[in-house]
Amino acid sequence: MGAKVKLISGRTVAQGQNLDNKLSEEYFKAVALCELSAEDMEKIGASPGDNVKVRTEYGEVVVKAKQSTGYPEGVIFIPMGPWANAVTSGNTKGAGMPQYKGIDAEIEKTDEPVLNIKELMKRYM
Amino acid sequence: MVEELLIKNGVVYDPINGVKGEKKDICIRNGKIVEEVKNPKVIDAGGRVVMPGGVDIHAHIAGGKVNSGRLFRPEDGRKGLKAKTKLCRPESGYSVPNTFAVGYRYARMGYTFVMEPAMPPLAARHTHEELVDIPILDNAALPLIDNNWMTLEYVKSGDIDLLAAYIAWIIKATKGYGVKVVNPGGTEAWAWAKNCDLNDAVPYFDVTPADIVKGLAEANERFEMPHSIHVHGNMLGHPGNYEVTLKTYDLVKGITPYRDRPVLHSTHTQFFSYGGTTWRDFESKARAIADYVNANEHVSIDLGSVILGDTTTMTADGPMEYSLYQITGRKWTNHDVELETGSGITPFMYSGKVGVHTIQWAIGLELALLTRDPWKIALTSDHPNAGPFIGYPILISMLMSKKRRDESAEEMHSSIFDRTELPSIDREYDFYEIAIITRAMTARTLGLHEHGKGHLGVGADGDVAIYDISPEERDAGKIQKAFLNAKYTIKGGEIVVKDGEVVSTPEGRTFFVTPECDPKLTDEMMTKLKEMFTNYYSVSFANYPVQDAYVPNPYEIRAPWRS
Amino acid sequence: MVEITDVVCPLCGCVCDDIVVEVEDNRVTKVRGACAVGKSKLMGHGRIKSPAIRVNGALKECSYDEAIKKAAEILAGARRPLLYGWSSTVCEATKLGVCLAEEIGAVIDNTASVCHGPSVLAIQDVGLPSCTLGEVKNRASLIIYWGANPTAAHGNHMKRYSYIAKGYFLPGGKKDKKLVVVDVRETKTAKMADKFIQVEPGKDYLVLSALRAVLYGHEDVVPDNVGGVSKEDILEVANMMKEAPFGIIFFGMGVTQSRGRHNNIINAIQVTRAAHTHTKFNIMPMRGHYNVTGFNQVCTWETGFPFAVDLSRGFAWYNPGETSSTDLLIRRECDAALIIASDPGAHFPGESIKHLSKIPVIQIDPFANPTTEFADVVIPTAVSGVEAEGSVYRMDGIPLRLRKLVDTDYLSDEEVIQAILEEVRAIKSKEGE
Ligand SMILES: [Zn+2]
Repeated sequence: MGAKVKLISGRTVAQGQNLDNKLSEEYFKAVALCELSAEDMEKIGASPGDNVKVRTEYGEVVVKAKQSTGYPEGVIFIPMGPWANAVTSGNTKGAGMPQYKGIDAEIEKTDEPVLNIKELMKRYM
Repeated sequence: MVEELLIKNGVVYDPINGVKGEKKDICIRNGKIVEEVKNPKVIDAGGRVVMPGGVDIHAHIAGGKVNSGRLFRPEDGRKGLKAKTKLCRPESGYSVPNTFAVGYRYARMGYTFVMEPAMPPLAARHTHEELVDIPILDNAALPLIDNNWMTLEYVKSGDIDLLAAYIAWIIKATKGYGVKVVNPGGTEAWAWAKNCDLNDAVPYFDVTPADIVKGLAEANERFEMPHSIHVHGNMLGHPGNYEVTLKTYDLVKGITPYRDRPVLHSTHTQFFSYGGTTWRDFESKARAIADYVNANEHVSIDLGSVILGDTTTMTADGPMEYSLYQITGRKWTNHDVELETGSGITPFMYSGKVGVHTIQWAIGLELALLTRDPWKIALTSDHPNAGPFIGYPILISMLMSKKRRDESAEEMHSSIFDRTELPSIDREYDFYEIAIITRAMTARTLGLHEHGKGHLGVGADGDVAIYDISPEERDAGKIQKAFLNAKYTIKGGEIVVKDGEVVSTPEGRTFFVTPECDPKLTDEMMTKLKEMFTNYYSVSFANYPVQDAYVPNPYEIRAPWRS
Repeated sequence: MVEITDVVCPLCGCVCDDIVVEVEDNRVTKVRGACAVGKSKLMGHGRIKSPAIRVNGALKECSYDEAIKKAAEILAGARRPLLYGWSSTVCEATKLGVCLAEEIGAVIDNTASVCHGPSVLAIQDVGLPSCTLGEVKNRASLIIYWGANPTAAHGNHMKRYSYIAKGYFLPGGKKDKKLVVVDVRETKTAKMADKFIQVEPGKDYLVLSALRAVLYGHEDVVPDNVGGVSKEDILEVANMMKEAPFGIIFFGMGVTQSRGRHNNIINAIQVTRAAHTHTKFNIMPMRGHYNVTGFNQVCTWETGFPFAVDLSRGFAWYNPGETSSTDLLIRRECDAALIIASDPGAHFPGESIKHLSKIPVIQIDPFANPTTEFADVVIPTAVSGVEAEGSVYRMDGIPLRLRKLVDTDYLSDEEVIQAILEEVRAIKSKEGE
């Protein structure tokens, strides 16, 4: 079962602590994840620690699901970084700024693995 | 670099040395004026007008406010675009030119020194970073000291000695040149969206602007400061403000300056010479101001003369900029600085078709023409407030040509005939008087004549402007053209402009003053100051003073305590 | 052990300058007073060991000289080079960067392009009524964070400058202040708020419009629900704004990076202007990197424009949307890039990385990151604020000087850019012959 959501990205403390440490396991743990409400978790039949696939018009990416309070149903959050950006458009609508927040996305539970940075970057090259 | 330079056949105007249009050679060795030279490079001035390098007493050319003006006006930036050359970096901007354009354009006009007149102490590093990036020009900056909580508290308690200790500290900490006052008390009040007239109490601080001006003038004269306090008073830009202006002048009348100079420099006085009660019955009161200046020796003024067209207004007078923005509805930036000052910026268009603007335009010229002694007058446009400095040659041509003024008046709003007396004034400046108001008076008022600026006597800096014009010329158009692009500008003995083009770009020096205060007073003041840092500032005491790295080409002037 | 006080933190736009650091054996061993993120930065992480050049797909270590030479060759030979980053380095490096951009006719752009670029566009439209952070500390009885989450991004912001800070007119700190948070999710910051306004994603513009209408006295036009926010809440916030003698809106990437972009910020500034008709009101962008503001300052005073400056014509040409990095990459226009003190590999949309990863890329950075994965020349540098000093600008435009805490063998950013610039000039003058 999938769910339609709005994807936002942003800073977290752990993401910030590993800004200079991005090729590490700590960064991977801090950033390759998706925070979402219990309602959305249930909707896609995921439990904490499961992998979810996030798909937008621009691409798809697999991240770890992390149930979190504070999110309204239909809003998911991926810490800013390569995983969120894998599904972000470069279209700036003439303003120079990509739309990093409020992206229409679909999520579903998946058994596919979460790619690490090297694998993620390979996809572009 | 040429070590010796001889300028032959020039008609020299060097007012500080009483040289009034004499054919005279000028010799320069190792950057300084000397009696004679042995093996010089020779410039034949060919009977042209020769003056010391120009000294601007007041132009906003560097710092946070100026940069905010650039940042929020890309439309202004696009006006002055000029590609880089082998020697020069790209230029941009008209009323808010980039730093490189500031240096090149002033140099082309024959200027070699500019005073940045409004440095917020907390952001002093920024001002210095920009000054360093301005090529050619020697420079200095005046820190804003009048709305500072330390100042307010010492004025309130009447401790002028401690106030002196504070201004000594802050001038040193900012590598500044003197005491700048902008809307005393009013800028603090603006932090609460209020303003102050001369005798209003400043909210929470229980002092009046009048107290502040007087206190600072007294404290300034505790030292052998090269410059008097530099004052932008209260109620700038308000109809009827000339009375406040005259009262402000009167406040400091009894104070003795340390040397033969005024105790108060009144800046961009055009904006303070307004009659009427509203914009409807607005009129010129330049006559009243000029009469006062004629009758007194303790005040000098600069004009703040209007240059018609679009410009960017900017001042630490936050409430004034807000009023202006409310009139125009254009974009408006404000930036209040904790414990110290504020600032506002808004674009403005002066139009000769608008009655009020026309009167403003006339007032600047009237001040120059009605004040008898040019040694009390400095030519400024309060760049960019009344117009960009690049318009100075227009102002010069106006002052030198009654004909040009009359032609302009014909084109302008009729208020010039009934609300100003400009059309009835016949006086015309000559080159000698122009030399006074653009270099000699300004250097002397700033005390820079003792440090090589504004004259061509032996020992002075080898800063010389040669204008492509003969002393007999009276044609306004030719005068304007000549003053816009010097034939030669020589800075410290080096030719920096030739035929209106920049040919070399030496680094400028930054002049700063070190007031020397009694250590006991300093210690006592320091206790209070450190409390301010611990409790109220958002930066540490240790990180506040401008580090030496920000002033790579320093020129220090010591100002001993007057015993 | 040496204790160094008044250390200036080189992490976020707060640029806290009261940090205490202990140094032992030329290493930072203890940090006091910094937030978790700043502390992590000051304590340090694993470094790029050596300059390197990519050969047959793999980075091969080399000397500084070789890497600099290679970098200069790439840049001197490029037709449409991009010089991007600059937000985590000092102004001295940026100045040289502008010089380099002039020399090779490059586009120079910083990370504002993807954080507060829209704020700059908004300021260019309507201006910015603002103040320094100490003004907020001493006077602001109402603090609004809008699309900003300082508990995650600016750890000390509330404590040093805003809600929690004690000030001259507000000696009780947060007891004397009110906090309003507007966000699409209930962040930690939101949990602290006296009033939390949860807006639907992409609807900030609507809520701002409603607030503005109310502040200008047109509450009758506001519907019962705007972008998921009740009219009641909007009226309440408007009242709080009117009644505070001094208030401020701090806004973050929640409004610059979402639908509406600069239009959101124009509207937020208009709201501030509306509030200013009642009281003293201010607005300030929550700038991210410690010197993202400094780049914009230097670039503005040197070129006339704050970011996305194209110097290919010999003079500065500024047109974000055309000359901004993401757009240049999406159009596949650049043919080489120098990336300094930033990481587009992590922070640009995948679509733009696609092109970036295919062109020659020079990376100047103390740390390996996703950009390193495709960089062709890697030049490690000293960490500014730890191993090198220099000038930076806080989010409110206050200039501070980063301190050098320990010695290093790494060249500074400034030295590397200077060396590249000299090398480029040498190549150009040879070409000229
Ligand atoms: Zn001024």
